[in-house]
Amino acid sequence: MTQTTIAGGAARTRPATAVITGLGVVAPNGMGAEEYWTATLRGESGIAPLGDRMAKYPARLAGQVASFVAEEHIPSKLMPQTDRVTRLALAAAEWALADAGLRPAELPEYSMGVVTSNASGGFEFTHREIQKLWTQGPQTVSVYESFAWFYAVNTGQISIRHGMRGPSGVLVAEQAGGLDAVGHARRAVRRGTPHIVTGGVESSFDPWGWVSHIASGRLSGRTDPARAYLPFDGAADGYVPGEGGAILILEDAGAAARRGAAKVYGEVAGYAATFDPRPGSGRPPGLEYAIRKALDDAGARPETIDVVFADAAGVPRLDREEAAAITAVFGPGGVPVSAPKALTGRLYAGSGPLDVACALLCIRDGLIPAVPNIGDLPADYRIDLVRGDAPRPAKVRNALVLARGKGGFNAAVVLRKEAQ
Amino acid sequence: MTLDDLRRIMVACAGEDEHVDLAGDIIDRTFAELGYDSLAVMETAARIEGEFGVKIPDEQVPELATPRALLDCVSRATVS
Repeated sequence: MTQTTIAGGAARTRPATAVITGLGVVAPNGMGAEEYWTATLRGESGIAPLGDRMAKYPARLAGQVASFVAEEHIPSKLMPQTDRVTRLALAAAEWALADAGLRPAELPEYSMGVVTSNASGGFEFTHREIQKLWTQGPQTVSVYESFAWFYAVNTGQISIRHGMRGPSGVLVAEQAGGLDAVGHARRAVRRGTPHIVTGGVESSFDPWGWVSHIASGRLSGRTDPARAYLPFDGAADGYVPGEGGAILILEDAGAAARRGAAKVYGEVAGYAATFDPRPGSGRPPGLEYAIRKALDDAGARPETIDVVFADAAGVPRLDREEAAAITAVFGPGGVPVSAPKALTGRLYAGSGPLDVACALLCIRDGLIPAVPNIGDLPADYRIDLVRGDAPRPAKVRNALVLARGKGGFNAAVVLRKEAQ
Repeated sequence: MTLDDLRRIMVACAGEDEHVDLAGDIIDRTFAELGYDSLAVMETAARIEGEFGVKIPDEQVPELATPRALLDCVSRATVS
Protein backbone atom coordinates (compact mmCIF):
# COMPACT_ATOMS: atom_id res chain seq x y z
CA MET A 1 0.00 0.00 0.00
CA THR A 2 1.40 3.36 -0.93
CA GLN A 3 1.23 6.27 1.40
CA THR A 4 -0.31 9.45 0.11
CA THR A 5 0.58 12.88 1.29
CA ILE A 6 -1.53 15.97 1.02
CA ALA A 7 -0.23 19.00 -0.83
CA GLY A 8 3.14 17.53 -1.72
CA GLY A 9 4.39 16.57 1.71
CA ALA A 10 2.87 19.44 3.66
CA ALA A 11 3.01 17.22 6.75
CA ARG A 12 6.78 17.73 6.91
CA THR A 13 6.63 21.50 6.80
CA ARG A 14 6.06 23.59 9.89
CA PRO A 15 2.33 24.18 10.52
CA ALA A 16 0.99 27.66 9.89
CA THR A 17 1.22 30.12 12.75
CA ALA A 18 -2.22 31.18 14.00
CA VAL A 19 -2.55 34.58 15.63
CA ILE A 20 -5.41 36.38 17.35
CA THR A 21 -6.06 39.75 15.74
CA GLY A 22 -9.45 40.77 17.14
CA LEU A 23 -11.32 40.57 20.46
CA GLY A 24 -15.08 40.85 20.99
CA VAL A 25 -16.10 40.65 24.64
CA VAL A 26 -19.55 40.53 26.22
CA ALA A 27 -18.89 40.06 29.93
CA PRO A 28 -20.92 40.68 33.07
CA ASN A 29 -18.36 43.27 34.20
CA GLY A 30 -17.81 44.97 30.86
CA MET A 31 -19.04 45.31 27.28
CA GLY A 32 -16.20 45.29 24.78
CA ALA A 33 -12.66 44.12 25.42
CA GLU A 34 -11.31 47.38 26.84
CA GLU A 35 -14.23 47.99 29.21
CA TYR A 36 -13.96 44.41 30.44
CA TRP A 37 -10.20 44.68 30.90
CA THR A 38 -10.45 47.96 32.84
CA ALA A 39 -13.15 46.51 35.11
CA THR A 40 -11.13 43.34 35.64
CA LEU A 41 -7.99 45.27 36.61
CA ARG A 42 -10.09 47.28 39.08
CA GLY A 43 -11.63 44.14 40.54
CA GLU A 44 -15.15 45.17 39.50
CA SER A 45 -17.62 42.32 39.58
CA GLY A 46 -20.66 41.67 37.40
CA ILE A 47 -22.22 39.23 39.87
CA ALA A 48 -25.64 40.30 41.19
CA PRO A 49 -28.91 38.74 42.37
CA LEU A 50 -31.32 37.53 39.69
CA GLY A 51 -34.81 39.06 39.63
CA ASP A 52 -37.70 38.29 41.95
CA ARG A 53 -38.98 35.37 39.90
CA MET A 54 -35.91 33.42 41.06
CA ALA A 55 -36.56 34.19 44.76
CA LYS A 56 -37.72 30.65 45.51
CA TYR A 57 -34.54 28.94 44.28
CA PRO A 58 -31.65 27.90 46.53
CA ALA A 59 -29.09 29.88 44.47
CA ARG A 60 -29.86 33.40 43.26
CA LEU A 61 -26.60 35.04 42.17
CA ALA A 62 -25.40 35.21 38.57
CA GLY A 63 -22.89 37.13 36.49
CA GLN A 64 -25.24 39.17 34.32
CA VAL A 65 -24.67 41.22 31.18
CA ALA A 66 -27.12 43.83 32.42
CA SER A 67 -26.49 46.68 29.99
CA PHE A 68 -27.02 44.78 26.72
CA VAL A 69 -29.95 46.13 24.69
CA ALA A 70 -30.34 43.69 21.82
CA GLU A 71 -32.24 46.07 19.54
CA GLU A 72 -29.21 48.38 19.48
CA HIS A 73 -27.02 45.62 18.02
CA ILE A 74 -29.22 43.13 16.18
CA PRO A 75 -31.14 43.79 12.94
CA SER A 76 -34.93 43.55 13.20
CA LYS A 77 -34.93 40.58 10.85
CA LEU A 78 -32.90 38.49 13.29
CA MET A 79 -34.84 39.36 16.43
CA PRO A 80 -37.71 36.85 15.99
CA GLN A 81 -35.32 34.00 15.27
CA THR A 82 -32.68 34.46 17.97
CA ASP A 83 -32.32 33.66 21.64
CA ARG A 84 -30.47 36.11 23.88
CA VAL A 85 -27.36 33.92 23.65
CA THR A 86 -27.17 34.38 19.87
CA ARG A 87 -27.76 38.12 20.10
CA LEU A 88 -24.84 38.37 22.52
CA ALA A 89 -22.71 36.22 20.20
CA LEU A 90 -23.59 38.28 17.11
CA ALA A 91 -22.70 41.51 18.93
CA ALA A 92 -19.41 40.04 20.15
CA ALA A 93 -18.59 38.86 16.62
CA GLU A 94 -19.22 42.35 15.20
CA TRP A 95 -16.86 43.87 17.75
CA ALA A 96 -14.20 41.24 17.14
CA LEU A 97 -14.33 41.85 13.37
CA ALA A 98 -14.19 45.62 13.88
CA ASP A 99 -11.27 45.26 16.29
CA ALA A 100 -9.42 43.12 13.74
CA GLY A 101 -10.29 45.49 10.91
CA LEU A 102 -11.51 42.42 9.01
CA ARG A 103 -14.15 43.25 6.40
CA PRO A 104 -15.81 39.98 5.36
CA ALA A 105 -17.57 41.54 2.35
CA GLU A 106 -14.16 42.17 0.75
CA LEU A 107 -12.85 38.63 1.23
CA PRO A 108 -13.58 35.34 -0.58
CA GLU A 109 -16.43 33.67 1.28
CA TYR A 110 -14.60 30.33 1.52
CA SER A 111 -11.54 31.96 3.08
CA MET A 112 -13.47 32.55 6.30
CA GLY A 113 -14.96 30.04 8.75
CA VAL A 114 -16.70 30.08 12.13
CA VAL A 115 -15.85 27.66 14.98
CA THR A 116 -17.56 28.36 18.29
CA SER A 117 -18.45 26.48 21.44
CA ASN A 118 -21.66 26.47 23.40
CA ALA A 119 -22.88 24.25 26.23
CA SER A 120 -26.44 25.43 26.88
CA GLY A 121 -28.10 26.44 23.61
CA GLY A 122 -30.96 28.92 23.44
CA PHE A 123 -32.73 28.16 26.71
CA GLU A 124 -35.02 31.16 27.12
CA PHE A 125 -36.34 30.92 23.56
CA THR A 126 -37.07 27.23 24.01
CA HIS A 127 -38.64 27.77 27.42
CA ARG A 128 -41.10 30.23 25.84
CA GLU A 129 -41.89 28.07 22.80
CA ILE A 130 -42.33 24.85 24.78
CA GLN A 131 -44.64 26.73 27.12
CA LYS A 132 -46.69 27.73 24.05
CA LEU A 133 -46.68 24.13 22.89
CA TRP A 134 -48.40 22.82 26.01
CA THR A 135 -50.67 25.81 26.64
CA GLN A 136 -51.72 26.93 23.14
CA GLY A 137 -50.92 24.01 20.85
CA PRO A 138 -48.26 23.09 18.28
CA GLN A 139 -49.43 25.56 15.60
CA THR A 140 -48.36 28.45 17.85
CA VAL A 141 -44.75 27.27 18.25
CA SER A 142 -42.28 29.44 16.32
CA VAL A 143 -40.77 27.77 13.28
CA TYR A 144 -37.46 29.27 14.43
CA GLU A 145 -37.45 26.96 17.43
CA SER A 146 -36.07 24.43 14.93
CA PHE A 147 -32.63 26.04 15.24
CA ALA A 148 -32.78 28.82 17.85
CA TRP A 149 -32.23 26.30 20.66
CA PHE A 150 -29.26 24.58 19.07
CA TYR A 151 -25.63 24.57 20.29
CA ALA A 152 -24.48 25.32 16.74
CA VAL A 153 -26.78 28.31 16.27
CA ASN A 154 -24.19 30.96 17.17
CA THR A 155 -21.80 29.56 14.58
CA GLY A 156 -24.60 29.42 12.00
CA GLN A 157 -25.92 32.93 12.53
CA ILE A 158 -22.42 34.49 12.52
CA SER A 159 -21.61 32.55 9.35
CA ILE A 160 -24.79 33.67 7.57
CA ARG A 161 -24.58 37.29 8.73
CA HIS A 162 -21.03 37.74 7.47
CA GLY A 163 -21.08 35.43 4.46
CA MET A 164 -18.45 33.07 5.85
CA ARG A 165 -18.71 29.73 4.09
CA GLY A 166 -15.37 28.10 4.90
CA PRO A 167 -14.93 25.22 7.38
CA SER A 168 -17.20 25.83 10.35
CA GLY A 169 -18.37 23.91 13.37
CA VAL A 170 -19.35 23.83 17.01
CA LEU A 171 -17.74 22.08 19.97
CA VAL A 172 -19.67 21.07 23.08
CA ALA A 173 -17.58 20.20 26.15
CA GLU A 174 -19.20 22.19 28.97
CA GLN A 175 -16.68 24.68 30.41
CA ALA A 176 -13.74 23.24 28.43
CA GLY A 177 -15.43 23.68 25.05
CA GLY A 178 -14.42 27.31 24.53
CA LEU A 179 -10.73 26.37 24.49
CA ASP A 180 -11.49 23.36 22.30
CA ALA A 181 -13.06 25.76 19.80
CA VAL A 182 -9.89 27.86 19.77
CA GLY A 183 -7.84 24.69 19.27
CA HIS A 184 -10.06 23.52 16.45
CA ALA A 185 -10.02 26.98 14.87
CA ARG A 186 -6.23 26.76 14.79
CA ARG A 187 -6.55 23.38 13.09
CA ALA A 188 -8.78 25.00 10.43
CA VAL A 189 -6.18 27.75 9.88
CA ARG A 190 -3.44 25.14 9.53
CA ARG A 191 -5.55 23.27 7.00
CA GLY A 192 -5.65 26.36 4.87
CA THR A 193 -8.53 28.64 5.86
CA PRO A 194 -6.84 31.93 6.71
CA HIS A 195 -9.57 33.70 8.75
CA ILE A 196 -11.59 31.97 11.49
CA VAL A 197 -14.10 33.52 13.87
CA THR A 198 -13.93 31.53 17.10
CA GLY A 199 -14.77 31.65 20.81
CA GLY A 200 -17.93 31.01 22.76
CA VAL A 201 -20.88 32.78 24.36
CA GLU A 202 -23.54 31.52 26.78
CA SER A 203 -26.76 32.75 28.36
CA SER A 204 -29.40 30.63 30.08
CA PHE A 205 -30.97 32.47 33.01
CA ASP A 206 -34.66 31.84 32.39
CA PRO A 207 -36.19 29.68 35.19
CA TRP A 208 -35.80 26.45 33.20
CA GLY A 209 -32.17 27.24 32.44
CA TRP A 210 -31.61 28.30 36.03
CA VAL A 211 -32.78 25.00 37.53
CA SER A 212 -30.39 23.25 35.13
CA HIS A 213 -27.51 25.23 36.62
CA ILE A 214 -28.66 24.31 40.11
CA ALA A 215 -28.83 20.64 39.14
CA SER A 216 -25.04 20.59 38.70
CA GLY A 217 -24.81 20.56 42.50
CA ARG A 218 -21.84 22.92 42.30
CA LEU A 219 -23.47 26.35 42.78
CA SER A 220 -22.71 28.49 45.79
CA GLY A 221 -25.67 28.95 48.10
CA ARG A 222 -24.36 32.23 49.49
CA THR A 223 -26.23 35.50 48.92
CA ASP A 224 -23.40 38.04 49.24
CA PRO A 225 -22.07 38.72 45.72
CA ALA A 226 -18.58 39.40 47.13
CA ARG A 227 -18.48 36.13 49.08
CA ALA A 228 -20.28 33.61 46.89
CA TYR A 229 -17.61 32.52 44.39
CA LEU A 230 -14.19 32.31 46.03
CA PRO A 231 -12.03 30.02 43.90
CA PHE A 232 -9.11 28.42 45.79
CA ASP A 233 -10.17 30.09 49.06
CA GLY A 234 -10.34 27.79 52.08
CA ALA A 235 -13.96 28.95 52.39
CA ALA A 236 -14.89 28.12 48.78
CA ASP A 237 -18.55 27.12 48.61
CA GLY A 238 -19.16 26.48 44.91
CA TYR A 239 -19.39 28.75 41.90
CA VAL A 240 -21.70 31.41 40.50
CA PRO A 241 -22.79 30.94 36.87
CA GLY A 242 -22.48 33.81 34.43
CA GLU A 243 -23.52 34.75 30.91
CA GLY A 244 -21.51 36.16 28.02
CA GLY A 245 -18.09 35.22 26.74
CA ALA A 246 -15.79 36.28 23.94
CA ILE A 247 -15.51 35.98 20.19
CA LEU A 248 -11.98 36.05 18.77
CA ILE A 249 -10.55 36.47 15.28
CA LEU A 250 -7.91 33.83 14.59
CA GLU A 251 -5.85 34.20 11.43
CA ASP A 252 -2.97 32.71 9.59
CA ALA A 253 -0.10 35.01 10.57
CA GLY A 254 1.00 35.48 6.97
CA ALA A 255 -2.52 36.30 5.78
CA ALA A 256 -2.98 38.75 8.66
CA ALA A 257 0.27 40.50 7.73
CA ARG A 258 -0.66 40.62 4.01
CA ARG A 259 -3.98 42.29 4.70
CA GLY A 260 -2.23 44.74 7.00
CA ALA A 261 -3.85 43.66 10.28
CA ALA A 262 -3.40 46.54 12.72
CA LYS A 263 -3.04 44.37 15.81
CA VAL A 264 -1.60 40.98 16.61
CA TYR A 265 -2.48 40.20 20.22
CA GLY A 266 -0.57 36.94 20.25
CA GLU A 267 -0.13 33.48 18.86
CA VAL A 268 -2.14 30.41 19.82
CA ALA A 269 1.10 28.50 20.31
CA GLY A 270 -0.16 25.37 22.05
CA TYR A 271 -3.36 23.46 22.63
CA ALA A 272 -4.27 20.12 24.14
CA ALA A 273 -7.36 18.40 25.46
CA THR A 274 -7.67 15.37 27.71
CA PHE A 275 -10.46 13.42 29.33
CA ASP A 276 -10.62 12.40 32.98
CA PRO A 277 -10.64 8.69 33.80
CA ARG A 278 -13.83 6.99 34.91
CA PRO A 279 -14.72 7.97 38.51
CA GLY A 280 -13.44 5.36 40.93
CA SER A 281 -10.76 4.10 38.54
CA GLY A 282 -7.99 5.27 40.89
CA ARG A 283 -6.17 6.93 37.99
CA PRO A 284 -5.27 10.63 38.27
CA PRO A 285 -7.39 13.36 36.67
CA GLY A 286 -6.36 14.49 33.18
CA LEU A 287 -5.60 18.17 33.76
CA GLU A 288 -1.86 17.81 34.41
CA TYR A 289 -1.46 15.80 31.21
CA ALA A 290 -3.40 18.46 29.27
CA ILE A 291 -1.02 21.13 30.58
CA ARG A 292 2.08 19.09 29.66
CA LYS A 293 0.71 18.30 26.21
CA ALA A 294 -0.14 21.95 25.52
CA LEU A 295 3.34 23.05 26.62
CA ASP A 296 4.89 20.38 24.38
CA ASP A 297 2.70 21.52 21.51
CA ALA A 298 3.93 25.09 22.03
CA GLY A 299 7.54 23.97 22.38
CA ALA A 300 7.52 25.79 25.73
CA ARG A 301 9.23 24.69 28.93
CA PRO A 302 7.30 25.24 32.20
CA GLU A 303 9.71 27.97 33.35
CA THR A 304 8.87 30.06 30.27
CA ILE A 305 5.19 30.34 31.28
CA ASP A 306 4.65 33.69 33.02
CA VAL A 307 1.05 33.33 34.18
CA VAL A 308 -1.70 30.70 34.43
CA PHE A 309 -5.36 31.58 34.04
CA ALA A 310 -6.98 28.85 36.11
CA ASP A 311 -10.25 27.06 35.58
CA ALA A 312 -11.01 28.05 39.19
CA ALA A 313 -13.99 25.81 39.88
CA GLY A 314 -14.67 27.21 43.35
CA VAL A 315 -15.49 23.68 44.51
CA PRO A 316 -12.87 22.57 47.08
CA ARG A 317 -12.27 19.12 45.59
CA LEU A 318 -11.80 20.56 42.09
CA ASP A 319 -9.71 23.51 43.29
CA ARG A 320 -7.43 21.05 45.06
CA GLU A 321 -7.10 18.92 41.90
CA GLU A 322 -6.27 21.98 39.80
CA ALA A 323 -3.75 23.31 42.33
CA ALA A 324 -2.09 19.87 42.36
CA ALA A 325 -1.84 19.81 38.55
CA ILE A 326 -0.36 23.33 38.41
CA THR A 327 2.11 22.54 41.20
CA ALA A 328 3.12 19.24 39.59
CA VAL A 329 4.14 21.05 36.39
CA PHE A 330 5.45 24.38 37.70
CA GLY A 331 6.57 23.52 41.24
CA PRO A 332 5.15 24.98 44.46
CA GLY A 333 4.39 28.68 43.94
CA GLY A 334 6.27 28.39 40.65
CA VAL A 335 4.02 30.57 38.51
CA PRO A 336 1.50 33.37 39.18
CA VAL A 337 -2.09 32.09 38.95
CA SER A 338 -5.03 34.35 38.17
CA ALA A 339 -8.77 33.70 38.11
CA PRO A 340 -10.58 36.73 36.66
CA LYS A 341 -13.74 34.67 36.28
CA ALA A 342 -14.30 35.30 39.99
CA LEU A 343 -15.64 38.67 38.72
CA THR A 344 -17.93 37.27 36.02
CA GLY A 345 -18.99 33.87 37.28
CA ARG A 346 -18.33 30.73 35.29
CA LEU A 347 -19.53 31.24 31.72
CA TYR A 348 -19.26 27.62 30.53
CA ALA A 349 -18.17 27.79 26.86
CA GLY A 350 -17.74 31.55 27.25
CA SER A 351 -15.09 31.39 29.95
CA GLY A 352 -12.19 29.86 28.02
CA PRO A 353 -12.31 32.45 25.21
CA LEU A 354 -12.85 35.27 27.72
CA ASP A 355 -9.79 34.07 29.64
CA VAL A 356 -7.88 33.97 26.33
CA ALA A 357 -8.87 37.61 25.71
CA CYS A 358 -7.86 38.48 29.28
CA ALA A 359 -4.52 36.67 28.93
CA LEU A 360 -3.74 38.53 25.67
CA LEU A 361 -4.49 41.89 27.31
CA CYS A 362 -2.34 40.79 30.26
CA ILE A 363 0.49 40.10 27.79
CA ARG A 364 -0.09 43.49 26.12
CA ASP A 365 -0.11 45.57 29.30
CA GLY A 366 2.12 43.53 31.64
CA LEU A 367 -0.52 43.41 34.38
CA ILE A 368 -1.87 40.23 35.97
CA PRO A 369 -5.42 40.73 37.29
CA ALA A 370 -5.86 40.10 41.01
CA VAL A 371 -8.72 38.10 42.49
CA PRO A 372 -10.42 40.18 45.19
CA ASN A 373 -11.99 38.93 48.45
CA ILE A 374 -9.83 35.83 48.72
CA GLY A 375 -8.70 34.96 52.24
CA ASP A 376 -6.42 32.09 53.19
CA LEU A 377 -5.70 29.29 50.76
CA PRO A 378 -5.40 25.77 52.15
CA ALA A 379 -1.69 25.18 52.80
CA ASP A 380 -1.51 22.11 50.56
CA TYR A 381 -2.55 24.09 47.44
CA ARG A 382 0.90 25.73 47.25
CA ILE A 383 -0.06 28.01 44.35
CA ASP A 384 0.83 31.69 43.94
CA LEU A 385 -2.71 33.03 43.49
CA VAL A 386 -2.62 36.71 42.52
CA ARG A 387 -5.11 38.22 44.94
CA GLY A 388 -5.95 41.51 46.60
CA ASP A 389 -7.06 44.86 45.20
CA ALA A 390 -4.38 45.69 42.64
CA PRO A 391 -3.05 43.87 39.58
CA ARG A 392 0.49 42.54 39.74
CA PRO A 393 2.92 44.07 37.23
CA ALA A 394 4.85 41.40 35.35
CA LYS A 395 6.62 40.90 32.05
CA VAL A 396 4.34 38.37 30.40
CA ARG A 397 5.45 36.63 27.26
CA ASN A 398 3.71 33.26 27.53
CA ALA A 399 0.37 32.60 29.20
CA LEU A 400 -1.41 29.33 29.91
CA VAL A 401 -5.22 29.18 30.00
CA LEU A 402 -6.97 26.21 31.60
CA ALA A 403 -10.57 25.02 31.47
CA ARG A 404 -12.33 21.99 32.91
CA GLY A 405 -15.82 20.89 31.97
CA LYS A 406 -18.25 18.90 34.09
CA GLY A 407 -18.20 15.36 32.75
CA GLY A 408 -14.41 15.04 32.60
CA PHE A 409 -13.27 17.54 29.96
CA ASN A 410 -9.87 19.27 30.28
CA ALA A 411 -8.38 21.79 27.87
CA ALA A 412 -5.26 23.95 27.90
CA VAL A 413 -4.11 26.73 25.57
CA VAL A 414 -0.70 28.42 25.46
CA LEU A 415 -0.62 31.99 24.16
CA ARG A 416 2.63 33.59 23.08
CA LYS A 417 3.38 37.29 22.80
CA GLU A 418 4.60 37.59 19.27
CA ALA A 419 4.42 35.10 16.46
CA GLN A 420 7.69 33.31 15.87
CA MET B 1 -56.97 39.87 4.61
CA THR B 2 -55.13 42.86 3.07
CA LEU B 3 -51.55 43.52 2.03
CA ASP B 4 -51.22 45.73 5.11
CA ASP B 5 -52.24 42.79 7.31
CA LEU B 6 -49.57 40.69 5.63
CA ARG B 7 -46.93 43.40 6.14
CA ARG B 8 -47.81 43.67 9.82
CA ILE B 9 -47.72 39.91 10.38
CA MET B 10 -44.44 39.42 8.52
CA VAL B 11 -42.67 42.19 10.38
CA ALA B 12 -43.97 40.82 13.70
CA CYS B 13 -42.93 37.24 13.11
CA ALA B 14 -39.92 37.50 10.81
CA GLY B 15 -38.62 41.04 11.22
CA GLU B 16 -37.71 43.45 8.47
CA ASP B 17 -34.68 43.41 6.20
CA GLU B 18 -32.68 46.61 6.69
CA HIS B 19 -32.20 46.99 2.90
CA VAL B 20 -35.87 46.60 1.88
CA ASP B 21 -38.67 49.18 1.96
CA LEU B 22 -41.74 47.11 2.81
CA ALA B 23 -43.96 50.20 2.55
CA GLY B 24 -43.29 50.29 -1.19
CA ASP B 25 -44.90 48.36 -4.04
CA ILE B 26 -44.16 44.84 -2.90
CA ILE B 27 -47.16 42.80 -4.01
CA ASP B 28 -45.38 41.12 -6.93
CA ARG B 29 -41.87 41.04 -5.48
CA THR B 30 -40.70 37.61 -4.40
CA PHE B 31 -40.37 36.90 -0.71
CA ALA B 32 -36.71 36.15 -1.34
CA GLU B 33 -36.25 39.68 -2.77
CA LEU B 34 -37.97 41.05 0.31
CA GLY B 35 -35.50 39.23 2.55
CA TYR B 36 -37.80 36.44 3.68
CA ASP B 37 -36.76 32.80 3.38
CA SER B 38 -39.08 29.78 3.34
CA LEU B 39 -39.03 29.54 7.14
CA ALA B 40 -40.24 33.15 7.37
CA VAL B 41 -43.12 32.40 5.01
CA MET B 42 -43.96 29.25 6.96
CA GLU B 43 -44.00 31.22 10.20
CA THR B 44 -46.21 33.84 8.52
CA ALA B 45 -48.62 31.12 7.40
CA ALA B 46 -48.88 29.86 10.98
CA ARG B 47 -49.69 33.38 12.24
CA ILE B 48 -52.29 33.84 9.50
CA GLU B 49 -53.96 30.64 10.66
CA GLY B 50 -53.96 31.89 14.25
CA GLU B 51 -55.42 35.27 13.33
CA PHE B 52 -57.71 34.54 10.36
CA GLY B 53 -58.45 30.86 10.86
CA VAL B 54 -57.17 29.99 7.38
CA LYS B 55 -55.00 26.91 7.13
CA ILE B 56 -52.18 26.98 4.56
CA PRO B 57 -50.60 23.52 4.38
CA ASP B 58 -46.80 23.50 4.89
CA GLU B 59 -46.26 21.72 1.57
CA GLN B 60 -48.00 24.58 -0.24
CA VAL B 61 -45.74 27.25 1.25
CA PRO B 62 -42.85 26.85 -1.24
CA GLU B 63 -45.26 27.58 -4.11
CA LEU B 64 -46.27 30.93 -2.62
CA ALA B 65 -43.48 33.06 -4.01
CA THR B 66 -45.00 36.55 -3.68
CA PRO B 67 -47.36 38.46 -1.38
CA ARG B 68 -49.99 38.31 -4.18
CA ALA B 69 -49.77 34.51 -4.33
CA LEU B 70 -50.10 34.26 -0.57
CA LEU B 71 -53.05 36.66 -0.39
CA ASP B 72 -54.81 34.88 -3.30
CA CYS B 73 -54.32 31.58 -1.49
CA VAL B 74 -55.90 33.02 1.69
CA SER B 75 -58.82 34.49 -0.34
CA ARG B 76 -59.55 31.19 -2.07
CA ALA B 77 -59.44 29.33 1.24
CA THR B 78 -61.78 31.91 2.83
CA VAL B 79 -64.28 31.62 -0.04
CA SER B 80 -64.31 27.83 0.00
